[in-house]
Formats: sequence, structure tokens, C-alpha cells
Amino acid sequence: MSPVLTAVLALLLLCLVCGALLGYAAVRFRGEGNPIAERINALLPQTQCGQCGYPGCKPYAEAIAGGDKINKCPPGGEATIQALAGLLDVVPEPLDAPEGERPPRVAYIREAECIGCTKCLQACPVDAIVGAARQMHTVIAAECTGCDLCVEPCPVDCIDMLPLAGTVQNWKWEQPLPPGRLVASDREQAV
Amino acid sequence: MSDRQRLWDFHGGIHPPSCKAQSTRTPIQRAPLPRRLVLPLSQHVGSPAEPLVEVGQRVLKGQPIAAAGSLVSAPLHAPTSGSVSFVGPQPYPHVSGMLAPAIVIDSDGREEWIDLEPCVDYRALAPEVLLEKIRQAGISGLGGAGFPTAVKLAARPHDEKIHTLIVNGAECEPYITADDVLMRERAAELVSGIEIIAHLLGPERVLIGIEDDKPEAIAAVRTAVGERPYAVCAIPTKYPSGGERQLIQVLTGVEVPSGGLPTDIDMLCQNVGTCVAVHDAVILGRPLISRIVTLTGEALARPMNVEALLGTPVSELLSFAGLEPGKLDRLIMGGPMMGITLPAMDVPLIKTSNCLLAPTRSELPPPPPALPCIRCGACSDVCPASLLPQQLHYFALGHEHEQLRRHDLFDCIECGACAYVCPSNLPLVQYYRAAKAEIRELEHRQQKAEHSRQRFESRQERLRKAEELKEAERRARTERATRVKASQAESASVPHQPNTVASVPDKLAERQKKLKIEASMAQVALKKAEKQLALHATAELEIQVRDLRETAEAARKALEAAMQEAPPPLPSAAQPADDAVLKKAKIEAAMLRVQVRKLEKLEQPSAEQAAELERLRDQLAVIDRTLAAQSPAPVVRSEGEEALKKAKIELALRRSELKKAERAGTDEVERAPLRAALASAEQALHAAEEASGKPAPQLVRIDKRPIDETSRALKTELAYARADLHRLERKVDTDPAALDAARARLADIEHRLQAHTEADPKGD
Repeated sequence: MSPVLTAVLALLLLCLVCGALLGYAAVRFRGEGNPIAERINALLPQTQCGQCGYPGCKPYAEAIAGGDKINKCPPGGEATIQALAGLLDVVPEPLDAPEGERPPRVAYIREAECIGCTKCLQACPVDAIVGAARQMHTVIAAECTGCDLCVEPCPVDCIDMLPLAGTVQNWKWEQPLPPGRLVASDREQAV
Repeated sequence: MSDRQRLWDFHGGIHPPSCKAQSTRTPIQRAPLPRRLVLPLSQHVGSPAEPLVEVGQRVLKGQPIAAAGSLVSAPLHAPTSGSVSFVGPQPYPHVSGMLAPAIVIDSDGREEWIDLEPCVDYRALAPEVLLEKIRQAGISGLGGAGFPTAVKLAARPHDEKIHTLIVNGAECEPYITADDVLMRERAAELVSGIEIIAHLLGPERVLIGIEDDKPEAIAAVRTAVGERPYAVCAIPTKYPSGGERQLIQVLTGVEVPSGGLPTDIDMLCQNVGTCVAVHDAVILGRPLISRIVTLTGEALARPMNVEALLGTPVSELLSFAGLEPGKLDRLIMGGPMMGITLPAMDVPLIKTSNCLLAPTRSELPPPPPALPCIRCGACSDVCPASLLPQQLHYFALGHEHEQLRRHDLFDCIECGACAYVCPSNLPLVQYYRAAKAEIRELEHRQQKAEHSRQRFESRQERLRKAEELKEAERRARTERATRVKASQAESASVPHQPNTVASVPDKLAERQKKLKIEASMAQVALKKAEKQLALHATAELEIQVRDLRETAEAARKALEAAMQEAPPPLPSAAQPADDAVLKKAKIEAAMLRVQVRKLEKLEQPSAEQAAELERLRDQLAVIDRTLAAQSPAPVVRSEGEEALKKAKIELALRRSELKKAERAGTDEVERAPLRAALASAEQALHAAEEASGKPAPQLVRIDKRPIDETSRALKTELAYARADLHRLERKVDTDPAALDAARARLADIEHRLQAHTEADPKGD
């Protein structure tokens, strides 16, 4: 047998063995679901608001995994876009929302006007509204994601979306202006 | 013990001018009682307390006014007697200048205490009771962060004992002398407090660390400690040796692990002020309602330390110390290194405020504008946590959170040493604070998102389950309905013939009936489904229709099979037993006749055919004979009978005519001829009857006599009762009592009707 033939045969054998191994591994260690969609879903704010045009965060995560744009999540805002860009290694784009990024909000039911129709209860994706038929409803502010899905179904328009009030507890330090941002006259004044 | 205790050193540190002398010239003063006290519900880290009092309520000094909001929280007490004038947002000592919920007490100046429960022999108390006393006294760390002391004392991971108790009297930050004067003047209480904590924890050793620039304090504490096995250690003055981790390192040489707590290395650190508060709480029964605070700075005429009630407005304290407002540049709560600039002077004193610094502009000039980092590395040299401040600075600028974490941003104690030495005047600590806040916020958002996701998913799951349950119920309902129908078909026959012996044909008939019902039901269902399919053609419906068609087919086949087994019995039950045989014979005869006729039709029958014809004719004759023998003799209608029949028809016609006329409401004149015709028809019938020679029928009802009202009513009632009973029987879940009642009612009415008919037989 010529050495060339030996080499070819050896390589062929190696290929077959490796192929079989890989094939076995592909079946044996198959991962469930779409792992990248899961990771994308973990970065989305889970408001289930549908502002991205998909019925919830998971469908949007799957759409992103399938190649959709990453800038369609207004509740997530810039931070989510950055995180997604980092995860998927794509160029971050500006947020695709007419009003831009909104501060976090919370639903508030004007309780005097509530007629107890339970429509908002059914609309809330995270069960953050308590109440019963012909009983007053109220929002559990800590559970509210601010998705405003409850505003539309309310027949008496008694639900407001209020900006989340700042408290001493959630106040945060602002980053100082980076050095060199002062104009010369200010600098002279400051010194 | 002695000061020969071995000491270690921590990395970095700075030596800023201490500026402590001016405020230690006088002993601790008592601040005048303010007219109004503002007590923020959030006095420390952990959750805010929850108010226990209402507006207008009178409170006594030391009375609890707010309870601990959660496990990591501490109650709040009224610092003086008076009345609650407001509960709501009030100024709060915070950089942001935001308001925070607070209880406002207007003092009445009487300083009436509640009944205190002093306890001389705390050793007799169980540790839990002792801990509860400390918890209820609302003590939180008085050094700086203000962690609730009871929580700190109770937290013992892995059930391991604290082997070293460290008492922090270092007080390294410039200007602040509150702990210094406390140790000088209240060394006995301090030692008593330490004893209580030591009793609670049972540590192997107790180390009291005091910086060596406080010789009076060291001397006082040493005297107070006396023969007790506590080591009073004079540690070298270096900022920030008062930091918990740094002090532990100086005193024991052990480093608290990154991200961990002193309890992880079985050590616990308590501030001297906290120890005194523990003494007050346990021995005197007094809750924490006041603290010692240093009032200092060149803008004050009389820098001093005062013992002030919590909630005292800062402005009142400053004016007590002789504030010269013109000189004041900015007001700092805490020290110059770690303190916060207060945006207003109306904020109250809280449990963590150890110093009010009122410097002049020249004393503490505002930081010059920041310049770009020159990477000199001075910050790294002084960092007591051995971090890389300039790296952190760059990562913070770029919001590189992952890198910040990797460089242990959260081990930064925000001591400000790096910013102090920075030649570019970079506000480094602010960068770290902002970065920490940003990361925490992101984490919080992440947690909230995860929480929302879980809630969303559990909601989806719940909705799905509800839908499934509904579907199952629907299925169960239809099943029950079919079962009910089947059982009804059975029970309909059972109660009606409990006395008769169920004969085989009866059973057969029953089965046939059932099959018939099933077949027709299947047919109906199929038709319905087909109609549906015609309206909206979906694959599901198609499948359904196919299934239904199969079922209907099967039902039809089963019915046919049953029918072939035996023909359904005729409605009349009084059939003669040999009826079937007779019929068979008749059919045979008819068939033979057909065959005979066929053969006869042949024009040229062969010999065989002729023989066959002969044979068939013979057979036919035989059968005919038997038939004639079996069946009653064929009725030969006589002329008379024919006439009778005609007469009967005539009578019926006349009668109906008369009735029609009556119904039409015609008058007597019109009805008379009809009546006459009826009478004549009757006469004719009688004549015909006589002529026919047939025996006159027993009952000759010439006219239908109207039944009397009572029996009609009874009959109607009977019908209703029967219908009711049937309806009740049809239902599955009928109350047996109701069923019995209906049966009784039916029997009663039957009985009455019978009695009535017997009593009044003219109805028949």
C-alpha cells in the first residue's frame, strides 16, 4: 500500500470517527429551547407591554434571536439596547419610539371613580391590580411594571400613569462632569 | 490588660490635619429643648419604621412612636413629651434635599418620661430577652452607617461564636470628637455597655481600639476597664483607621474577606457610642432618644459637643454653638472626608449624625475644577481597601459595570482618601458612588424584571389551568348528559314493568329502541356538524364530521342488525303466539305464487319447468290449506254489514257537520236541519244494525256526552301530575323526597278520579 493511500485511509477513518462522535453528541447533549432567545429575554424588562409590536417580551426576544432590531423596547430604553448590543455583538441603535425613553411609571387608580368592572384586572399581565367585581380596584405599586395595558380597557378612564416618585431611598448620585468640560472662563471663576 | 497588644497596619491611609482640638475644650453640653422635633422614620440603613401614633396624640418622653418596619429596622421613640402635630413628609438630612416621611412632635417642655424599666442585673436575663431590650430601645450603630444593633448582634452565620469583639473608639475623621468626649466622660457606661454585649456574645477577647491622638480618652477608658480582661489598644493615628475593616486589620491582622462581613471571620465591631446606648437601654431602660454630636467649624463661635435630642433642628443646634451665618460657606453633616453637604439648615438630627461641620470658605475651600487623570497612582497608594482608584475612575466614566465589579468597586468604603490625594482634584468618590448607584439600580431593575417575568408566567399558567378545567367540566357535562339519557331509556322501562316478567322480545325491543335513538342522535349530530362545516370549513370540523359520520353509520348498522334479529314487536300486546308462524306461511305462499305465476308466463315451458310448476302448485295448495286452517275464516261481508258500515259513516259525517255548525256559532234555525239529518242517520244506522244481524255493540254512544267539570279538572290535574313525575324521573340529581312527593300526588289524584267516576258513573 502506498503511503498516500494509507494517509487518505487514516484521514477518512478519523473523519468518520469524529463525525460519529459529533453526531452522537448533537443528539445526546441537545439543548432545550433557544438558548440565545432565553438570554435576550433575561435582558428585557418583562413589562409585557407589547410596545415592540410583539405580544410580550418572550416573543420579542425570539424575534431578536431571529434577526429583528434591538431598539424596539421603550421601557428598557438605552440600557436595554446597550445590554442587547453587548450580548449580540451588534451596533447599538437609537431607541425606536416616538416619545423616546420615558421615566419609569406606575399605574394609579383614582379609586373614587372606579366602578369595579375588573377589566383592568384581566388586562394586567403581572396580576398587579387587586379587586373584585363591583369592588374598588387598586394597584400594587411595587408589582406594577408601568406597561399601561390597564389604561385602555378602563371604561371610566380612572387609571393614570404617574411617574415613579423619587424618594430618599432610591435617589442616586449623579456622575460628576468629566474633567475638561468646563469652559475656560468658568475654570478661571472656579479657581 | 496592657497596650502591649501587638498591632498591625492596613494598606494606604492618609494623615489629614485632625482639627479636633477646638471642639474638645468644653465638656459635653446639653442642647436646649427645641420647641418642635422632627423624627424621620428612616433613621438608618434598612427599612423605615412604621408610625404608631396619630396627629394630636400626646406622647411621653421615651414612648415608642414608630415600630420596626421589618427585620432590618429599629423602632423610634419620642425624645421628649408633647403632642404629635404632623405625620408626613419633612426635611431630611440628605444630599438631594428631598423630603422624607417623619413624625413631628411639639414639645410641652415638661420632659415627662414614660415608666422606665431599669434592670440592674442583666446577667439574670436570657440572651433573647436582652436582645429584645436592645431591639426595642431602637439602637442603631452610632458610628456612621447606622446598622440596627440588635440585628448585628443577632446575626451569627454558621452558628459560630464571635471570638473577638472590637469596640471602635478610633474616630479617625478630622473635626469629629463626639466619641472622644464620650469616652472621656462616660467611660464607666461604655465599659458597662461592653460588658453587656460581651455577656451576650461571649467572645474570647475584647479589643478596644482608640487612636493615639486621644490620650485623655485612652486614660479614661483604661481606668474604667480596670481589671476586666479587655485590651485597650492605642492605635496609630491614620485615616481611615476608624473604618470597621481597617480597625479589625489593625487590631488583629486579619482582613475581612472581599464582599464579606466581620462576622465571616467571627468578629464583631461596635462603636463606643453604641455601647453606651446599650448600657442606657439595658441598665437604665432608656431608649435611644439622644446622641452626642460635635458642632465645629470656624463659622461657629463656640465649637463644642452637645448631647442633643434626636429630631432637633440643625439650625437650633448651630445657633446654640454661636453660628455666624455670614461666615458659613456650606454646612456638612459628618466629617470633611465622608460627610454630606446639607442643602438646607432646617433638617433634623438623626441617629447617624455624629458631627455638624460649619466651616468658612477659607477653612474648607470648594474643590478646584477637576483636571484629567495623570495616572500618577497616588490614589492606589492611599487606598485602604487596596483597590485601584484610577482604574475604577476610568471604568466608571465608561459605565463599564462588569469591569467595575471585577475591580471590586463594592469593596470601596468611600473614605475619600484617593480624592484627598488626587493632584487632578478628581471627585473620585462621587464617581464611585454614582457607579455603585447605577449598578444597584440596574440590579434592581433586573430583579424586578425577573420578578415580573415569574408573575407573568405564573399568570399564564393559571389562565391555562383555568381553561383546561373549564374544558374538562364541559366534557364531563356532555358525558353526564348522555349517561342520563341512557339511564333514562333504561329506567323508563324498568319502573313501568316491575310486575311483568321481562320477556325476551321485550328486551330485544328495548335494545332496538335504544339503538334507534342512538342512531337518530348520531344522525342529528352529523347533520349539525355538516351544517357547521358548510358555514366555516376548518380542518377540525372536517375531522369531526368524518368521525360523526362513522358513528352514525355504526349506529345504523347496529340497529339494522338488531332489527334483523327480530322484527320490532307490534304495538298491540295481545298478538297470538303463532302470529309469526302464520305470517311466515303467508309470505311463503306469496313467494310461491309469484314463482308459479312466473313459470306460468313462460310460453314454452320445458319438461323440467313444467314439473317444477306442478311441484310449486302442490306446495302452494298445501300452504294455502294450512293457512286456511290457521287463520280465522275469511270474513265474508254480508250486504247488511256493508249497509251498516255505510250508515255508520253517514252518522259520523252528520255528527261532524253538526259540530262544525255549532262551533261556527250558527243559530238554532240553521242547526235544526243538521240535527234532523243526524237523527235520521242514527235511525238508518239502527236499522242497518238490525238488518246486518250482528249483535249490537255493547256501548252505543250516540253522542259524546260532555264530561262533568270535576272529572275534567281531575283528569287535567292527573296529566300534570304525571308530567311532573316524568320530568322528575328524567333528571338525574332529583331529590328522592321530591320524587316520592310527586308519586304520592299522582296516586292521590288517580284515586280521587277513580272515586269520582265510581260515584258518578254517568260519565261512562
